[in-house]
Amino acid sequence: METSKFKLEWRALELCRGDRCLQSGLNGAVEAGQAIVLRGPNGCGKTTLLRALCGLTMAESGEILWQGTELHKCRSDYYQHVAYSGHISGLKQDLTTRENLRFAARMRGRHPNQNELLQGLGLQHCADLPVRSLSAGQRRRATLALTLGSGAELWVLDEPYTNLDKAGCAWLGRRLNDHLNMGGLLLMAVHQDSLIDASREIVHELPGAQP
Amino acid sequence: MIRAFTLVFNRELTVAFRRWSDLALPIVFFVIVCTLFPLAVGQDSGVLAAIGPGAIWVAALLATLLSLNALFREDFEDGSLEQLALSAQPLSLLVLAKTASHWVVTELPLVIAAPVLALGFGMPSDGITALMLTLLVGTPTLSLLGAVGAALTAGLRSASGLLALLLLPLTIPVLIFGARATALAAEGNPIEGPLLMLGGITVLALTLTPFATAAAVRVSLD
Repeated sequence: METSKFKLEWRALELCRGDRCLQSGLNGAVEAGQAIVLRGPNGCGKTTLLRALCGLTMAESGEILWQGTELHKCRSDYYQHVAYSGHISGLKQDLTTRENLRFAARMRGRHPNQNELLQGLGLQHCADLPVRSLSAGQRRRATLALTLGSGAELWVLDEPYTNLDKAGCAWLGRRLNDHLNMGGLLLMAVHQDSLIDASREIVHELPGAQP
Repeated sequence: MIRAFTLVFNRELTVAFRRWSDLALPIVFFVIVCTLFPLAVGQDSGVLAAIGPGAIWVAALLATLLSLNALFREDFEDGSLEQLALSAQPLSLLVLAKTASHWVVTELPLVIAAPVLALGFGMPSDGITALMLTLLVGTPTLSLLGAVGAALTAGLRSASGLLALLLLPLTIPVLIFGARATALAAEGNPIEGPLLMLGGITVLALTLTPFATAAAVRVSLD
């Protein structure tokens, strides 16, 4: 993966939800092989920051730069390199896991071998069941598969360890480290242990939201 | 770009056909409403044939409204809308694919069922042909305009009422030209004028609304 050149940077971001100001003066950057891990109390704006960095939510002020260009000027180019996995799955409930993954891959113009990914996630036996009938943990695995199989360089994960069992957490941790070792970028919000090599991890501790 | 359009279109059709109950709702509603008119108005065929075009068009409009609420709501709730918005493909194209599939699964059955229901109103054969033609040309506009409203209200809790208030005034031109052309044909007059006007409105909607829908989706996701 030729990713060494990628860089996402944000300066003086101010984030609001409704009338309430969550965070202000946020600065940071993520480069190849780095993981930014966001920590902070509930409601402090971790999800809002991740969504803002994906261009889903508008920041109140400040700028977000991808490769030195403002995000809204290079949206299409940026989205080729980003995969986002949030609280809600992004999976169609009436389609099977396999169909969901195939759709996501083809939208990116890829035809990856899904069996390997499904096996790694322990989903091979329920890959042909509708997502509706999966358990919360299996659904989380399927959601992660969208990002892990995307081939994107920048992974944006919002509490990826939620609902995963011990083995699943360990597996995901290994995959995240592999991704970073290959020069990938990672933005992640977690409450528990991030399971990422300390040398690659940069922790951003967000203060509690201003009242 | 064509590939992305086809992918989204096919996925929407697959999802729609796996949910028969949702698929059947608008068409069953349409058939029932159109059947109520002859029952309520009585056997006076002159009156029935006169109100037929208008009644069928209004019924089609209401049936469309019934189905629109679900167009973006479910995608909004399961996160697939946000994944579409994060696609490198233009969002306007992807929402157009969704709208096109909405037309195929919701409006096309209405167009096909309309002639049979028109017989119940005792409409002459010229009128029935015109009814099908105007519905075929006019209903895409309903889907396209509806998509803008549905995208705007996707994140709201009590959206269906608001959607009706937003959408119904905008559909008045389609209703006037559609019902008027059908009525003209039933009286044996040429209908090229209103039909062309209807086609013009559809082309205009096709050109402009995908961008409005895409913008509305981004607003809803914010």
